[in-house]
Amino acid sequence: MARHLINATVNGDHVEFVCSTGQTLLDVLRSELHLTGTKNGCGTGDCGACTVVLNGRPINACLVLGAELDDAEIETIEGMAKGGELHPLQQKFLDHAALQCGVCTPGILKMAQAYLETNPDPTETEVRFALAGNLCRCTGYDKIVRAVMDAAAEMRASNYE
Amino acid sequence: MNEIKAPRGGSNYQWVGKNTPRPDGVDKVTGRARYGDDMIVPGMLHGKILRSPHAHAKIQSIDTSKAEMLDGVKAVVTSADIPDHPMAQPPYPPIVNDFHDISRNVMAREKVLYDGHPVAAVAAISEEIARDAIKLIKVEYKVLPHILDPHEAAQPEAIVLHDDLFTYGVDPTPTKPSNVFRIMGGERGDVDAGFAEADLVIEREFSSQPVHQGYIEPMACIATTSEDGAVELWTSTQGHFVQRTLLSKLLNMEMAKIRVTASEIGGGFGGKTTIYAEPVAIRLSQKTGRPVRMTMTRSEVFRATGPTVGSKTRIKVGMRKDGTITAGDAEIWYQAGAFKGSPIGRAVDTFFSPYTVANCKAIAYDVCVNRPKVAAYRAPGATMACYPMESVVNELAKELGLDPVDVRLTNAVKEGDESLMGTKHGRIGLVEVLEAVKEHPHYNAPLGDNQGRGFAVGYWLHGGGLSSAAVNLMDDGTVGVATGNPDIGGSRSSMRAMAAEELGIDVELVKPIIADTGSLGFSYLTAGSRTTYATGMAVVNATREVINKLRALAAKKWDIPLEDVRWDSGQAIPADSYKDIKPLRLKELAGIATSMGGPVAGHSEINASGQGATFCAQLVDVEIDPDTGFTSPKRHTVFQDAGRAISPDYVEGQMQGGAVQGIGWALNEEYIYNDKALLENTGFLDYRMPVASDVPMIDTVIIEVPNPNHPYGVRGVGEPPLVSAPAAVANAVENAIGRTMSDLPLSPPKILAALHTQASGDD
Repeated sequence: MARHLINATVNGDHVEFVCSTGQTLLDVLRSELHLTGTKNGCGTGDCGACTVVLNGRPINACLVLGAELDDAEIETIEGMAKGGELHPLQQKFLDHAALQCGVCTPGILKMAQAYLETNPDPTETEVRFALAGNLCRCTGYDKIVRAVMDAAAEMRASNYE
Repeated sequence: MNEIKAPRGGSNYQWVGKNTPRPDGVDKVTGRARYGDDMIVPGMLHGKILRSPHAHAKIQSIDTSKAEMLDGVKAVVTSADIPDHPMAQPPYPPIVNDFHDISRNVMAREKVLYDGHPVAAVAAISEEIARDAIKLIKVEYKVLPHILDPHEAAQPEAIVLHDDLFTYGVDPTPTKPSNVFRIMGGERGDVDAGFAEADLVIEREFSSQPVHQGYIEPMACIATTSEDGAVELWTSTQGHFVQRTLLSKLLNMEMAKIRVTASEIGGGFGGKTTIYAEPVAIRLSQKTGRPVRMTMTRSEVFRATGPTVGSKTRIKVGMRKDGTITAGDAEIWYQAGAFKGSPIGRAVDTFFSPYTVANCKAIAYDVCVNRPKVAAYRAPGATMACYPMESVVNELAKELGLDPVDVRLTNAVKEGDESLMGTKHGRIGLVEVLEAVKEHPHYNAPLGDNQGRGFAVGYWLHGGGLSSAAVNLMDDGTVGVATGNPDIGGSRSSMRAMAAEELGIDVELVKPIIADTGSLGFSYLTAGSRTTYATGMAVVNATREVINKLRALAAKKWDIPLEDVRWDSGQAIPADSYKDIKPLRLKELAGIATSMGGPVAGHSEINASGQGATFCAQLVDVEIDPDTGFTSPKRHTVFQDAGRAISPDYVEGQMQGGAVQGIGWALNEEYIYNDKALLENTGFLDYRMPVASDVPMIDTVIIEVPNPNHPYGVRGVGEPPLVSAPAAVANAVENAIGRTMSDLPLSPPKILAALHTQASGDD
């Protein structure tokens, strides 16, 4: 299979990697860049565990090919805490016990982060629909939804950038 | 809303019962936590399994030569590389680990028995090459007829999966092979006389479909072997010690040579309690001398790992006008999958256990069919027996004009009563749970159009068993707590809280870890809601050993008798008569320990019993769309006796998660096999589990009736919510559409059909 040399930005850092035509962004993150915080739950775009932000939009990394990523800007869970400080969403997930096994958590956090940028003051129903592409089998979603709503409120109050 | 109904007087605990930041939390919100597939080992190869494309076929031949010749392929294994074992012989324990079967399940030998059954495996330098290589393995099959339904498979004329399986538990032992491995039953009183006493008797048939645990992290492991025979295994499992035992026996290896480290686990719910690719990875690693990583795809998880059982039930229950249940008679067939061993004992125990039914009997059949071998799923064996019983009790109450909760109170088991399988209850909290339901605003809240309310109560006898723990005091006064139970839902928080409570120090000074199999005594699975009870007890014991050593240290330092030193609030305190001696804090004692005798540590290895039972009741409101048959859960409240909630947030989380799993089980989840018995919905798109927009907030009421056998009153919490959730949801659907329903899942086509039948007045 053909190999491709790609230059992209991941969490603000320039990265250069070689991938084969069949490798997805998820494969690249996990196997080539060793950023294993982004999880593989299904590989078919159904569970959302591999959600990352690509050029400002939340996407399933398993549905994007590595070869498409020249000049792309990618943000993953590893870049969410800044300078030793957790993002308000990360902190609220801890405060609300919004995770159990935690394997869906990175994807849900990235999805919620991207969603709150488009809708900083969502209703419960809006949060539920925004997260409908992210499966969690442990929590029943209750505490996740509460954590996202609470983080949104805090981010509004503090004008979080 | 979440509330806790604590015992009168409350408690003076500093950490037990308080929500504290979970010790593994930061790593999990930052992506740092390492799960099964997150480990990268230098020189690692990638393993891939070739799986059967048939539900039932004889393997005529396997030709691996082309795969072996592919550039980058380092090894191929088939069943010839996995040791065979003789069949287990009676008398059988409640759960049979038959290595004859396990060997054939990890790699098919004479026959393939389900779509996805492993046939061969390769290790290659990349996943891509491994995937290409398995396509080059040529297998000749002779396709055989298949059977999927457990009731049909139990009939004498059914196609038989195993020529060497003869039904156990019937006298005389049959000479003709059967798919029925075992029949278990229980009986008490005079069932016929009991039915004669009843004012109303209802007999119905029910079915439920196998559902998958649906953990988001597929199975993954890395095996590393060395030339001296040592094996290291990194794996996502609910029990690495149990894996070591299974691997040692299956592969004929010494246990001490297998060191298993549990990764963080991305959900299990019972599904990760056995072995699948682990022995294959070990054999591939042994053949190549290199580490081998094997990770299943989601499709492999669905096709080849154990779901829970599907069931068929016939049940008959009699009730007097005052609500007294006079008799019960139940018969249930469980799909074991391709190999024997479904949790039928739990079925027998579950049917009538919340109630003091004087006359009852239950019989359960363990039946092999052409589907993957079942695994545990949260309260294994209980849910599918709870559902028919609760449905019929609700129907009897309705027909007799009785309140469904009052009916349960009339029949509720109490301390001293016995379950059908002979468990004599200690202090249990069923009455308290039912009273909490009646007091709750949800119980009498008005319902809207097309809405119905459902109610059910479930019973779970928790697991106890073998657990080990070590507590290590460090020089600076911080403390390490090591246990052998993978943390699925926050158990490290609970272990830490109990250790900190005993020691009387800040919870943040205690660091809990999950130790590997070389570092600690044996610990049974994280399963059956046993961890906070049994392993928690080991942690308390080990911590108390540390405290006793610290008391001894203080006594030595002060040169006074040990019995004159007590431990309180994090310090050694001399008896009142020693007025000149100032107490020594834990940190001070830690600092002088090494110079005064050596490091301080405690350990405990126990076989815990006395865990007892928990009852969980649920109230569910649903709304049915009459045009589509789609069911929307609108309100859901879970009432559960937790004994004592060590970490209330995580107890609530268990209750909420179990409730939503039950919603999926009741309304949506099922496997779709085609006419060749090949699985058609092998992904999350078509095997649809509940998503955030499908469900409401799940309210919880934790009832605390402390278990007298645990130092902090713990019962288990993980299993009970899934016992009663499907029954409660199904009851809500029935009440919304005014129709009895008997086949889970109650998916939109079934509800539409029922509505249509009702509209046309055709029964």
